[in-house]
Amino acid sequence: MSDQETTPATGGLVNPSENKATSWLSHVLADLGKNGIFIALVLVVVLFTVLTDGILLRPQNISNLIVQNGYILVLAIGMVMVIVAGHIDLSVGSVAAFVGACSGVFAVQWGLPWWLAIIMSLGIGALVGVWQGFWIAYVGIPAFIVTLAGMLIFRGLALVVLGNTNIGSFPAEYRALGNGFLTDVFGEFDLDPLTLGVGLIAVIALIVQQVRTRLGRSKYGQEVEPLVWFVTKLVLITAALGFFAYALASYKGIPVTLIVLAVLVLIYGVVMNRTVFGRHIYAIGGNRHAAELSGIKNRKVDFYLFVNMGVLAALAGLIFTARLNLAGPKAGDGFELEAISAAFIGGAAVQGGIGTVGGAIIGGLIIGVLNNGMSILGIGIEWQQAVKGLVLLLAVAFDVYNKRRSGGH
Amino acid sequence: MTTNILEMRGITKTFPGVKALSDVTLDVSRGEVHAICGENGAGKSTLMKVLSGVYPHGTYTGDIVFEDEIVEFKSISDSEAKGIVIIHQELALSPYLSIAENIFLNNEQRGAFGLIDWNKTNSEAAKLLARVGLRENPTTRIMDIGVGKQQLVEIAKALSKRVKLLILDEPTAALNDDDSDHLLDLILHLKGQGITSIIISHKLNEIKKVSDAVTIIRDGRAIETIAKVDVTEERIIKDMVGRDLEHRYPDHTPDIGEEILRVEDWTAFHPQDVTRMIVDHVNLSVRAGEIVGIAGLMGAGRTEFAMSLFGRSYGSRITGKVFKHGTEIKTRTVTEAIDNGIAYATEDRKTYGLNLIEDIKRNVSMAALHRLVRKGLVNDNEEYQVANEYRTSMNIKAPNVLVKTGKLSGGNQQKVVLSKWIYSNPDVLILDEPTRGIDVGAKYEIYTIINKLAAAGKGVIVISSELPELLGICDRIYTLAEGAITGEFPIETATPETLIKHMTMEKAR
Repeated sequence: MSDQETTPATGGLVNPSENKATSWLSHVLADLGKNGIFIALVLVVVLFTVLTDGILLRPQNISNLIVQNGYILVLAIGMVMVIVAGHIDLSVGSVAAFVGACSGVFAVQWGLPWWLAIIMSLGIGALVGVWQGFWIAYVGIPAFIVTLAGMLIFRGLALVVLGNTNIGSFPAEYRALGNGFLTDVFGEFDLDPLTLGVGLIAVIALIVQQVRTRLGRSKYGQEVEPLVWFVTKLVLITAALGFFAYALASYKGIPVTLIVLAVLVLIYGVVMNRTVFGRHIYAIGGNRHAAELSGIKNRKVDFYLFVNMGVLAALAGLIFTARLNLAGPKAGDGFELEAISAAFIGGAAVQGGIGTVGGAIIGGLIIGVLNNGMSILGIGIEWQQAVKGLVLLLAVAFDVYNKRRSGGH
Repeated sequence: MTTNILEMRGITKTFPGVKALSDVTLDVSRGEVHAICGENGAGKSTLMKVLSGVYPHGTYTGDIVFEDEIVEFKSISDSEAKGIVIIHQELALSPYLSIAENIFLNNEQRGAFGLIDWNKTNSEAAKLLARVGLRENPTTRIMDIGVGKQQLVEIAKALSKRVKLLILDEPTAALNDDDSDHLLDLILHLKGQGITSIIISHKLNEIKKVSDAVTIIRDGRAIETIAKVDVTEERIIKDMVGRDLEHRYPDHTPDIGEEILRVEDWTAFHPQDVTRMIVDHVNLSVRAGEIVGIAGLMGAGRTEFAMSLFGRSYGSRITGKVFKHGTEIKTRTVTEAIDNGIAYATEDRKTYGLNLIEDIKRNVSMAALHRLVRKGLVNDNEEYQVANEYRTSMNIKAPNVLVKTGKLSGGNQQKVVLSKWIYSNPDVLILDEPTRGIDVGAKYEIYTIINKLAAAGKGVIVISSELPELLGICDRIYTLAEGAITGEFPIETATPETLIKHMTMEKAR
């Protein structure tokens, strides 16, 4: 990948007589290389659209894709951060189940207001993170061990809290977290105007942000991509977003889960790229010793990473419980593996230091489309498992191959 | 049959950009103890790696004649099959295995069905241990015995391979006096049994004690071989440093101001072995615009001193005081040290200095990211601009600052490390081996940068094992031996001879 980055870079110094098309093409190729995971998602979508005769892209199915995978995507955000720092978290599925069970006690058995139950549940997630972060950051026990223990501990505690029963029938506001829609505020239409409006705002915000970044870069004398390619990309992304908004608008509107997710992606995207904390995560994952000797407080960063993961695991547990309207003992089973797969398919490096929130989301969507597409085709759960395993293996193998080819160290 | 067991003829070995050995000839007589002497980086270890097959035949030019026969080793196992065994400075023992298991590693004593015969393993090991005078049970784990005894296990292992020529690379560097004496006696004892030894050492008194001949290597060349009767300390030192300090250093006119940093009674102990004192009541100071050198051999505690000062990154039970501009400051964490205007550029930039999978930009900003924060967020564009300014001013050879540092040459990596620390805006920079593994041209550039820092009123401490370098760039030089400051020399009075003498000074016991 790196050699592709250096090639276009000389483009700024290239004399004008050189063929413009070549430099244009090199930019496109470099971008495609960098966004290989995005291309993979498009290919998977196209493949299953063809195989399912277009069922995959029906409005209802698109809406379902988000709602069914929301909790995995929430986990994937926290997981990719943990993986970038060079750790892993195996406990998130159990933590989600434990917090779901606690929220059942709060909202159903104790009859607390839904918002208080949610806040308390997120607080429990944070406490779980404090517990695990303490052992990892300050005692120095590998995250693999601590969270493997956590996987058992919190699964056990979930059963204790549930006391061998399911807790069910949550208040409507709580349930909205998992299967609510924001719709019909302006009355009933075939196409929900609110959804379309939000879609339009999102497109405008994206364009404004992209243009501002571009202007900022050229102001500081950085090289920018050719205008034609820049516009082409924006048009393609606008079209995709537009189709997505149209699909949601013609079904039930904006899923609440999607709102939660969008907010998280925005916040964590900024955290990872633009805040000191996020940069320190990358620095630690890239070279722990060098980070420490540069004055970065590794332990503190590690600790807060796990606190954050605990809160996100709790949120995932709430969304899942809300969706089923039931807190049960089997909740969250295998979530950790899907979240870890999402991060790695999304380009995170096993050794740490590399990975993005956007990549993890796309990785999670690839898994989601695979699940959904294969289910539509009537492929059994056993083959679905095998295919997902194979995709994970190939994604990481591709990554390793790419690095070796570009002569990474 | 000649009297020489080994003749290395015209050995030349080049690494990309560096000629490590040029036309080195070494003759070792059968049954002698032959010492090899030279500064760090002179080429001693490279020569031994050529001999033992670590650098296989074909990667060097010249001939190796062993027992009157030209040999072409492709790997260590080839040289071991001929009876040449090298014991490296960093011992190659597996800590969790027993002494006997280590001795017969990859040479396991087999019995019926190819299974390991433990009785034979342990009894053979016991015989070998008796030969090296180590009274330990062969089943004891390596981690449970001291470094001195581990060294003996290495020799026992060599004996198990029917060694004819034993090479010891600085065998006593990590040993205390008793263990050193025992080891040297053992070498003489083995000599009595007909085993030839080559011993690489800095310690002149121990060379005089055991060796029959000394070959001095400097800058990849064998300067001369001195027979035992002619060995004097002065002659060895003169050969080691050479007379010509060529014009390899930029001109530096010191403009020295007030004292910036003073360290008093700085003491640190080994992080695991908390009774072993590594840094011994060090006192030193540096003034504005001054370049101060710390000269010391490997293992003298140079890096340990610097790292223990820099936020206690090394050691245990650290005591001592640090004053900046006459006021006492604390440097308990790296952050605190940086906030107090101290920077430390490591000797091992790949392990401790750089994030090799990140680009130049993010490495430059790593130690002072807070300087780029605007309204709570890091300003990427400004970061790019800052990195680009350093790329230009430090002459980092890369098309732009988005290149991963792992792809840069050693010299350019070092410039990135220096950029990082200069951007943290320190008053005192501690540069640990700033030119290690860098080609000559880039070295000159690094020296120029150091001069500029001093000219800007910073205090610079340079740790180096290359004396010419220290003599070429410093205003004042401290010598460090066994963790203690043994001398302080203004540049006018510093000579290679006096420095080496103080660097090899041993503590009165």
